[in-house]
Amino acid sequence: MTVESTMENQYAALSPIFGRLSLESLPLHEPILVATFAAVALGSIALVGALTYFRLWGYLWKEWFTTVDHKRIGIMYMILGLVMLLRGFADAVMMRLQQAMAFNGSEGYLTAHHYDQVFTAHGVIMIFFVAMPFVTGLMNYVVPLQIGARDVSFPYLNNFSFWMTTAGAVLVMFSLFIGEFARTGWLAYPPLSNIGYSPDVGVDYYIWALQIAGVGTLLSGVNLVATIVKMRAPGMSMMKMPVFTWTALCTNVLIVAAFPVLTAVMALLSLDRYVGTNFFTNDFGGSPMMYVNLIWIWGHPEVYILILPLFGVFSEVTSTFTGKRLFGYTSMVYATVVITILSYIVWLHHFFTMGSGASVNSFFGITTMVISIPTGAKLFNWLFTMYRGRIRFELPMMWTVAFMLTFVVGGMTGVLLAVPPADFVLHNSLFLIAHFHNVIIGGVLFGLFAAINYWFPKAFGFRLDPFWGKVSFWAWVVGFWLAFMPLYVLGLMGVTRRMRVFDDPSLQIWFVIAAFGAALIAIGIAAMLVQFAVSYLKRDQLRDTTGDPWNGRTLEWSTSSPPPDYNFAFTPVIHDLDAWYDMKSRGYVRPTGGYRPIHMPKNTGTGVILAALSLGCGFGLVWYIWWLAALSFAGVLAVAIGHSFNYKRDFYIPAETVEKTEDERTRLLAAGA
Amino acid sequence: MADTSLTMTQSGAPRFHLEEEHHHAEGGSTMLGFWIYLMSDCLIFAILFACYGVLGGNYAAGPSPRDLFDLPLVALNTTMLLFSSITYGFAMLAMEKGAIGRTQGWLAITGLFGAAFLGIELYEFAHLIHEGATPQRSAFLSSFFTLVGTHGLHVTFGIVWLVTLMVQVARRGLIPANRRRLMCLSLFWHFLDVIWIGVFTFVYLMGMLR
Repeated sequence: MTVESTMENQYAALSPIFGRLSLESLPLHEPILVATFAAVALGSIALVGALTYFRLWGYLWKEWFTTVDHKRIGIMYMILGLVMLLRGFADAVMMRLQQAMAFNGSEGYLTAHHYDQVFTAHGVIMIFFVAMPFVTGLMNYVVPLQIGARDVSFPYLNNFSFWMTTAGAVLVMFSLFIGEFARTGWLAYPPLSNIGYSPDVGVDYYIWALQIAGVGTLLSGVNLVATIVKMRAPGMSMMKMPVFTWTALCTNVLIVAAFPVLTAVMALLSLDRYVGTNFFTNDFGGSPMMYVNLIWIWGHPEVYILILPLFGVFSEVTSTFTGKRLFGYTSMVYATVVITILSYIVWLHHFFTMGSGASVNSFFGITTMVISIPTGAKLFNWLFTMYRGRIRFELPMMWTVAFMLTFVVGGMTGVLLAVPPADFVLHNSLFLIAHFHNVIIGGVLFGLFAAINYWFPKAFGFRLDPFWGKVSFWAWVVGFWLAFMPLYVLGLMGVTRRMRVFDDPSLQIWFVIAAFGAALIAIGIAAMLVQFAVSYLKRDQLRDTTGDPWNGRTLEWSTSSPPPDYNFAFTPVIHDLDAWYDMKSRGYVRPTGGYRPIHMPKNTGTGVILAALSLGCGFGLVWYIWWLAALSFAGVLAVAIGHSFNYKRDFYIPAETVEKTEDERTRLLAAGA
Repeated sequence: MADTSLTMTQSGAPRFHLEEEHHHAEGGSTMLGFWIYLMSDCLIFAILFACYGVLGGNYAAGPSPRDLFDLPLVALNTTMLLFSSITYGFAMLAMEKGAIGRTQGWLAITGLFGAAFLGIELYEFAHLIHEGATPQRSAFLSSFFTLVGTHGLHVTFGIVWLVTLMVQVARRGLIPANRRRLMCLSLFWHFLDVIWIGVFTFVYLMGMLR
């Protein structure tokens, strides 16, 4: 069969209006999906009804959807991450159940067709639409406050980035009920992901969801780098920046330097699938291994994009809750920068088995092991900070200690996997799965939970309830160990990843233990949701009127909780690392008069509109609905150009408004003192 | 500490905040932000160059560069693009002097050179496809069309942007916002020139040597 005839088959018998979308694309024969759809539809109707009944649409649109305030955008990112965490975790539970059941001739309850989509969706969602929004949201919220700025460098772009990420997430969610998702694994390796082996819409959903969300991620990276370089308060030299800001800088540099690679490789894969080019095909000179190399040149920096900001969080938390300056600030900064650089020269360790030969494998094995040195330095810095400190075991500190214990195990199995001969045995086994969940859950997620408990009072003005927080903590930590230690054992026994049914009955007990661990994690997630609800109900008891509930050390604790729109009534001047601690210890007196009008950016709905049009374009491309894709793309261009004709993008908050806000804070502080 | 007026009061006590509203110059981060964006775009080209480097010799028993490329045509094309960079430079000099008419004139000429470049490129592509050297024919041709075509797409967007800016300059004159936008497009335009020099050398000239 020639290339041309494949292409003709692909586009034969398309409806000019609906492309390849038809009633048969709806998964009506899958009872699990129909029930999920019914639940989601009912939930959405209830939500929309409630928003309409309480007349909240106008408020949401004006105050949240169109906002350019980095704090609100940060919170919206966190909500997106939380919602998608529930979806990604539902996938995880389905896999754990399937694997615990499918023994002794049982096929379990998921067909291969469905199971393959579940594990692909789980990986894609957890990385791109849970971890990334969480991390981006956190940096968005905290960085401008830590550097004493009023907003990011490009506030409108920030809003646009958020909505593009959301549009990508929405496209993935569409695939649940319209058509199907990819069945290729989370990185969609060709030739499996090529049109010949995956002719359905799944991989196309994957490609366009990542492309749309990728635009958002890249632009938010550019934005935060520019913000950190250009917008720091006077006196804050690079080596006086808080560690979290340093890690955010390195992460965003990594984003800018890694995400274009993903964009390019996705574009090439889509050309292979749509146009019939031969980049990653088996014939006509294509090279599937080219794809594997390229995607990991993005993929390895990506895992450091996720973990570095959390290293920053642990540094802030450790120093705050031990009441000491961070041990080895300078070495912490250098360790972060070294990890940033090294993360680019280790990608081949993801496919030692490709057959690059002993010298290439040795090089990448050694660079991989070298990364554990700066990471180990960080761990010792945290330990030495705690040494002889007055440690307060509040929730953020508890998560930090859990991280240190858990992450060390994940790090050591990582060094083990970096040894090429060992990797030949463990490649694609459950040992690998256990390893990366060990570092991503134990590092990224535990760090996020530390961060959420730490900065929540700053964002909302009241602390999170400690009792439910501790329930969640213990359920998560014990659940994690129960769910993933068995996978190390299974991996060492040679069980490969992505299996749906098993022959050897002696393995079942380990999968049952893992499923039990997943159930504990479910309790942990539920307890966290309860924690949010209880804290909201008890908000008056948990209220933080000082703006500094933890006796913090960095600038974000110098302003009120939640901070006013303009963050700081006067731009702070920095003399020392831990600027707020320095101000407190030198008897800083908060000014109560002499306010000036404050220059701020205006809200705009353009970001929402552009993202909605991009979503339409992506959906059209997935289903070959060419008119929709072309029309939406033209719409994107027209709206973007139209927006550039709007020159009035800023306004002044009058001095009287600032005075009113600040007087209120003065009253609260006096009442508290 | 060179300037202590920011960090100390006159009596020498540490100053912890600014009395006056601290002004970040409007759009002060724009050039840096756009430069960072350009570097990320540069990486996309780096990947396409890498693909061409790896796959560019895989002809799949099809035509090779020597069979296909018409160097005099590509030389003409290169001239068009290089001239467009020079004329954009003249537009920026006129902008510095605040001469709206001359700025617009040079921008228009730049756009025409860009359009001529695109026209010649499309003619070359049409000719290749007509001869059966389609992007589907071999990995070499896939990576050739994608690398050169992505550059062409960038030039296309550059021209759309240029026309938009000409309208904006006509409406509001050379106000700071418009100057900043012209500076960004200038970076973009010269960047595409640099990329093209890479394409010309690496794809066309070295292709003829294969």
